[in-house]
Amino acid sequence: MYEIVSKELLAPSIYSMDILAPRVAKSALPGQFVIIIVDEKGERVPLTICDSDVEKGTVTIVTQAMGSSTKKLVAKEVGDSIKDFVGPLGKPSEFVNEDLEELRKKKILFAGGGVGVAPIVPQAKWLAENGVDFDILTGSKNKDFVILEDKFKSITENIFIATDDGSYGFHGFVNSGIEELVVNQGKKYDVVIIIGPMIMMKFTSLTTKKLGLPSIVSLNPIMVDGTGMCGACRVTIDGETKFACVDGPEFDGDLVDWDEALRRQAQYKEEEIQKDHEYCELTGGMIYG
Amino acid sequence: MAKFTRTPITYQDPNERIHNFEEVCLGYTKEEAIEEAKRCIQCKKPLCVPLCPVNIDIPGFIKQISEENFQEAAQILADYSALPAVCGRVCPQEDQCEKTCILGKKGQPIAIGKLERFAADWAIENGLKLGRTKESNGHKVAVIGAGPAGITCAGELAKEGYTVKVFEALHEPGGVLVYGIPEFRLPKDKIVKVEIDNLKELGVEIETNVIVGRTITVDEIFEEGYEAIFIGSGAGLPMFMNIPGENTNGVFSANEFLTRSNLMKAYRDDMDTPIKVGDKVAVVGGGNVAMDAARTAKRLGAEVHVIYRRTESELPAREEEVENAMEEGIIFNFLTNPVEVLADEKGWVKGIKCIKMNLGEPDESGRRRPVEIEGSEYDFDVQTIIMALGTSPNPLIPRTTKGLDSDNRNRIKVLDEYGHTTRKAIFAGGDNVTGSATVILAMGAGKEAAKAIDEFIKESSLQTNE
Repeated sequence: MYEIVSKELLAPSIYSMDILAPRVAKSALPGQFVIIIVDEKGERVPLTICDSDVEKGTVTIVTQAMGSSTKKLVAKEVGDSIKDFVGPLGKPSEFVNEDLEELRKKKILFAGGGVGVAPIVPQAKWLAENGVDFDILTGSKNKDFVILEDKFKSITENIFIATDDGSYGFHGFVNSGIEELVVNQGKKYDVVIIIGPMIMMKFTSLTTKKLGLPSIVSLNPIMVDGTGMCGACRVTIDGETKFACVDGPEFDGDLVDWDEALRRQAQYKEEEIQKDHEYCELTGGMIYG
Repeated sequence: MAKFTRTPITYQDPNERIHNFEEVCLGYTKEEAIEEAKRCIQCKKPLCVPLCPVNIDIPGFIKQISEENFQEAAQILADYSALPAVCGRVCPQEDQCEKTCILGKKGQPIAIGKLERFAADWAIENGLKLGRTKESNGHKVAVIGAGPAGITCAGELAKEGYTVKVFEALHEPGGVLVYGIPEFRLPKDKIVKVEIDNLKELGVEIETNVIVGRTITVDEIFEEGYEAIFIGSGAGLPMFMNIPGENTNGVFSANEFLTRSNLMKAYRDDMDTPIKVGDKVAVVGGGNVAMDAARTAKRLGAEVHVIYRRTESELPAREEEVENAMEEGIIFNFLTNPVEVLADEKGWVKGIKCIKMNLGEPDESGRRRPVEIEGSEYDFDVQTIIMALGTSPNPLIPRTTKGLDSDNRNRIKVLDEYGHTTRKAIFAGGDNVTGSATVILAMGAGKEAAKAIDEFIKESSLQTNE
């Protein structure tokens, strides 16, 4: 059992939780994820790692209550435990293994959407600690759903916020936010790291492609074991089948077969509706929002 | 003549069992077991024992059953095997111990597997704890993977007095016994869990949710004070055919389909993990895993076709499993191979394009090679396709462990039958060495490695004391 040591409401139905899992906390690197099982009857749910604290032995996850599993999870309180917590899974972000000298010559833009902004935290922290230049752009539905702003501000001054309805920051989606930064403000980036719901990643990577910017996306397909055993998470990258859990989750955004990925992510949509579950969570897909 | 005819055993009626996940073979009753055990002629030089990968004293335990000493029978089994109730059910006895049984020359061999199951089940039903351990010797060994190889190795070492910890990647120990083999062939709570609890009774500690190579590394395990490591991480990566349309919605690996049903118990309505099959299902492959997937799909309500490129006589699955599958109404399409998955406009499977095959000259496996018959392609309607084409070892551990060599199929290189690897103090055995094989072969490898680990640690401590 893995104890919940803190819980915070970040936005309506979006919670941040610190889970006691010392082995995972010690080995987690930016870009990786965990799989949790809430209780005896629970399914294996992949969630991205949003922070970790080696000394306290905790791993932070941010989740939006949407389907039955995430609803069960956010109903847990401090002092309660979740049944299983395994990780870190997947390959770390590519920059972790890049030559630092080369990396320091680059400028990175993070483009996060919805709850997908949370996994930017460990990546941004790592880059800041290693003296690499980056900007952060976040996109949310409206002002109420802007999350982790203070956290990001403690890491960098270069934070840009967009909201779909213009109630805070730029008025527009993340992709128009990128156009604003690059086209109107003339900012230069070497790569854009895009994390968010699958549909947001698709359209954002189409925008970066149009602007001639390389992109990296963090895919969130349906997974069962998350260790390469089942192949539920297979995605087509540049015409080749890959398992997102062990070959990813990060891939070159220009090479992803988005239509297949979106279609595969919706395989359990009907069951979710039948079970009176909301669609997005019931896919069993990694939950970014 | 009764001497040459096997005592019949009861199976759940096929028409009933296709609607439930209860065990198919009901096992011998006391009377039946005694009757069958009495057929054993107690060979002075038994031919069955050498063919058992863990060399169980087969005539010994059978004699005890024939004399109604069930506890003694179970004790003999426990001394040789950590998982007798499992092996009695899933071992391919017809290719091992029962193959050389002298009675088989004139009639039917002794039902060794069914008798093993009887004695082991008797011990479980009577709550016997049969593990015997020596006094602790103060040495620590780590085992990676709580499947058949790891469990056996851990059990053997614990009996010798070692402090053993098993690291398991999934949330339940058991490996293929929990994620692969279905409930109707191997009950999880009644059998697997009890045999694993017996291992814990021997003092073995199991830490779940640890993926070696990600959560911790092999080197970090050594840093925790373990003197030797046994790697029994299995062969968990599924293979696909690489044919067009294979990523269409509704195409699963057998691993995914069975993991959902077995490990996650998705066949139960009260569980959160979903599973679904269409009205018609095609299972591609002819091994035990294909049979398990086909019979699971049948129980979920589908019409199930097994598509196999050779003929019935080349099916790699156990005869009993094939018979059970046929009784359950699984339809076999032999000499057939899929060439393309057909999708509807929404991206879901609507059919499978197959080609007819002929058997040509024997290939390197000795089996006649299937050859496509040109122009024989045809489509048939299915909504779900399950690929049961075999599995390969996960490369994660060799990739994250310096000095641990593996081959181009990710199989860990061993130097001898005791599982010595290319790195000192690391041993390996089971499917991660051989590629996908059987439960009992993995157990045999775990047992041999335990002997080598014992020897290695004793020698190392002698050197330190000198």
